[in-house]
Amino acid sequence: MADESLKKTPLNAIEHELGGKMIDFGGWELPVQFTGIIEEHQAVRTRAGLFDVSHMGEILVRGAEALALLQKATCNDVSKLEDGRAQYNGLLYPTAGFVDDILVYRMAGDDYFVVVNAANSDKDYEWLVECAKGMDVAVTNASADYAQLALQGPNAEKILQPLTDVDLSSMKYYRFARGKVDGVPAIVSRTGYTGEDGFEIYVSPSEGPRLFKKIVGAGVTPCGLGARDTLRLEAKMALYGNDIDHSTTPLEADLGWIVKLEKGDFMGRDVLERERAEGPRRKLVGFEMIDRGIARHGYPIVEGGEEIGVVTSGTHSPTLKKPIGLAYLPLDKSAPGTEFNVLIRGKEARARVVPTPFYKRPKEQSR
Amino acid sequence: MTPEDSRYAKSHEYVHVEGEVGTIGITDYAQKELGDVVFVELPQVGTELEQGDEMGSIESVKAVSELFAPVSGQVVEVNDALTEKPELVNTDAYGDGWMIRVKLTTPEEVDELMDAEEYEEYVEKEAGK
Repeated sequence: MADESLKKTPLNAIEHELGGKMIDFGGWELPVQFTGIIEEHQAVRTRAGLFDVSHMGEILVRGAEALALLQKATCNDVSKLEDGRAQYNGLLYPTAGFVDDILVYRMAGDDYFVVVNAANSDKDYEWLVECAKGMDVAVTNASADYAQLALQGPNAEKILQPLTDVDLSSMKYYRFARGKVDGVPAIVSRTGYTGEDGFEIYVSPSEGPRLFKKIVGAGVTPCGLGARDTLRLEAKMALYGNDIDHSTTPLEADLGWIVKLEKGDFMGRDVLERERAEGPRRKLVGFEMIDRGIARHGYPIVEGGEEIGVVTSGTHSPTLKKPIGLAYLPLDKSAPGTEFNVLIRGKEARARVVPTPFYKRPKEQSR
Repeated sequence: MTPEDSRYAKSHEYVHVEGEVGTIGITDYAQKELGDVVFVELPQVGTELEQGDEMGSIESVKAVSELFAPVSGQVVEVNDALTEKPELVNTDAYGDGWMIRVKLTTPEEVDELMDAEEYEEYVEKEAGK
């Protein structure tokens, strides 16, 4: 299975060792599963799972106009961040289409750490450099400098606390701190892509393998991309390339909470202002199947022989034990309860718009 | 590992022949490749299948795959247990995870399929690609 053309994370050898079933994920060789998607999914929902997300990109934005650059290139209000806080945000084109969806960490007022999707990291870096022309800011692609591990699940804090000097009990959701994990410098943030409590840990690539082994050694289930996808989909977290891309705006993607028109001018603001006033022409909604079958990415939604929408993500939900998905539908057909037909390999199957997220973690665990 | 008493198609279905009836399912290698099976769509009893016909589909969490008839025949029985427990394909591909039984219409097709040893070699080559 060793494919020399694929990029490898620092954890590649361990993943082979642990029996990971390796696939090509956007040019990276990564495990889709170790023991099984459903088993790994349940481990994260009920205990804890560990993901290698070292393929994610990291871009440093530093300098007197670091904030100004991020405010210009993104739709969320970065000025609301304080040191030690992270923010989900959209890096946009002038069309308001997504360059990428990103996490912005504020290290200091003039120092931001931007985490981006693996396949987009070069494009994002180039776009930020383009936007930064004439500004007093340095943009650095530091993707090769970090291994990233995601420890996710209700037991994550209990497992990580003995390994770190960062006080996790006082760390709220979307906060982070610099400290040591297993004796080495790390950034620990209470973030994730699973809908569970958990942490993302950034360390030097050379330290990644030892830390991964240590956490797995503490009884945590190693998890692959398959479970990552089912977990994020149940939590209705968007996947770039599936649910959002250059042709979709944050308002179409039902991400209105990251669109802050009042912050001043930014890429795509005029488009978003119009969409907010008139409504976007389509909207990303969650659906369940009424008929049997799984509607997957790219399957058309049809009405009277016309294509009126498209499925962007679809899978079998291990928690709900039924097929679920996300789809773009015309705004007037996007209300929960609305039924529609999706074309599954030539056959029309009935589906219904439902409220999202499909899964929300129990209240007593959330912070 | 691969049962000696069955024959195998390149599309990873097996057929186990007893008299004039062939029991068809997917191989252990195929179920491992697919991962957790959550839904199996099969033809109805009475359906006439030609060798190579698409006879249904199998959905795992991560993907969907077509199923192809390894031999020609008329469907005489469908494994209804898979409706409630599609995971039987994962846990017992050659046993309780069988899919359909057909009355063979062209029994000589069976001899053209791979035997266990040939299939294992074929799989090794495919995995090495």
